[in-house]
Amino acid sequence: MNDEVILLDYWASPYGMRVKIALDEKGVDYECQAENLQNKSPLLLKSNPIHKTIPVLVHNGKPICESLIIVSYIDEVWHDKSPLLPSDPHQKSQALFWADYIDKKIYDVGRKVLWEKGEDQEMAKKESMEGMKKLEGELGNKRYFGGENLGFVDVALVPFTCWFYSIETRGNFSIEAECPKISSWAKRCVAERESIAKTLQDPHKLYDYYVKLNP
Amino acid sequence: MAKQEDEVILLDFWASMFGMRVRIALAEKGIPYEYREEDLKNKSQLLLESNPVHKKIPVLIHNGKPVSESSIIVEYIDEVWKDKAPLFPSDPYAKAHARFWADFIDKKLYQIGRNLYTTKGEEHEAAREEFISCLKLIEGELGDKPYFGGESFGYLDVSLIPFYSWFQAYETYGNMIIEHECPKLIAWAKRCIQNKESVSKTLPDLEKILAFVQHLRKRFGIDE
Repeated sequence: MNDEVILLDYWASPYGMRVKIALDEKGVDYECQAENLQNKSPLLLKSNPIHKTIPVLVHNGKPICESLIIVSYIDEVWHDKSPLLPSDPHQKSQALFWADYIDKKIYDVGRKVLWEKGEDQEMAKKESMEGMKKLEGELGNKRYFGGENLGFVDVALVPFTCWFYSIETRGNFSIEAECPKISSWAKRCVAERESIAKTLQDPHKLYDYYVKLNP
Repeated sequence: MAKQEDEVILLDFWASMFGMRVRIALAEKGIPYEYREEDLKNKSQLLLESNPVHKKIPVLIHNGKPVSESSIIVEYIDEVWKDKAPLFPSDPYAKAHARFWADFIDKKLYQIGRNLYTTKGEEHEAAREEFISCLKLIEGELGDKPYFGGESFGYLDVSLIPFYSWFQAYETYGNMIIEHECPKLIAWAKRCIQNKESVSKTLPDLEKILAFVQHLRKRFGIDE
């Protein structure tokens, strides 16, 4: 099958990293087109006219938007290798639930720690920790959120871990101290999965980039 | 797999458009279930145990196992009871496309709609314009199709149609007539009500929702 797969992405985006990890896990060949968010390409504007955001996956000319929807799509199309979502409907609903939770309570709140100040930032820090602890409860003693193998929830969360350093430094707290299981899970992902090791950006590089935007 | 003796319970609130999605999906599939109305000011032990993370309705409890978040519940229902009235298309691209628009409705339409009856002044004017733009984008996605799902009523139709029951409230507090702005969308809504018993039996009267919103506004002191 001669698939044409293009990923419109931005290097620092944890949402884009989700898609890259999924594509790599499935062994899919793709072309990465790095977007300049200050000067978006015609392909991006045409492929995602509603939100105009990355990531966008363009598969044989057809665009798919929103990172978790893209990862589900990848899982369905390239279903023969490294399944990410469980086949049991109830387990699948649980995975979708936690990925949705991660978007609402981890990513959105984490962003507030980076971009808000004063009381709003304090509240975001508190919410962020509560969210992480809930996730830690969900992980329990499993190797991955997906059980023995990497799953949908792992792919949804792991890109966020390279932003931990920025959030900890700006927020002045330690995620490792508060949530040691999440911390060891993150290290395990990088150590055991090449798709993750090669996709996650260097936390210090991200921090330098962030500090330039928000000194 | 669906068993002979399925126990299906839905924890819900009559005015919730998210709950209505689940009721419509269950009705489309002809699934018998027990409906339990929650008092949102005094949530039941079962609700708090079944959705400890968000403590929100709707929650579907299937043979003792809870599923939360309306879009996730509808997808679950479509998979478990797959032999009747499929809601999702089988093609992965069409499926992703339907999910995208349902996500857009959740992120944009709901919150902006809420702003229509909870804000004043400049914020309200902005909400009004955003709401109309939002509806027009959704109408664009419908195009000339009878349903969002094409020839058949599908996942995206289920996701959006409950909002129609809130239209009179949106119009009253948004100071607009939706039919003037989006005639195709209104025609679609009426088509759903006329052709789908699951919809006509589920949607509450628009006046009842309007009265509910009036009550909410009083409770939150918005009518001052």
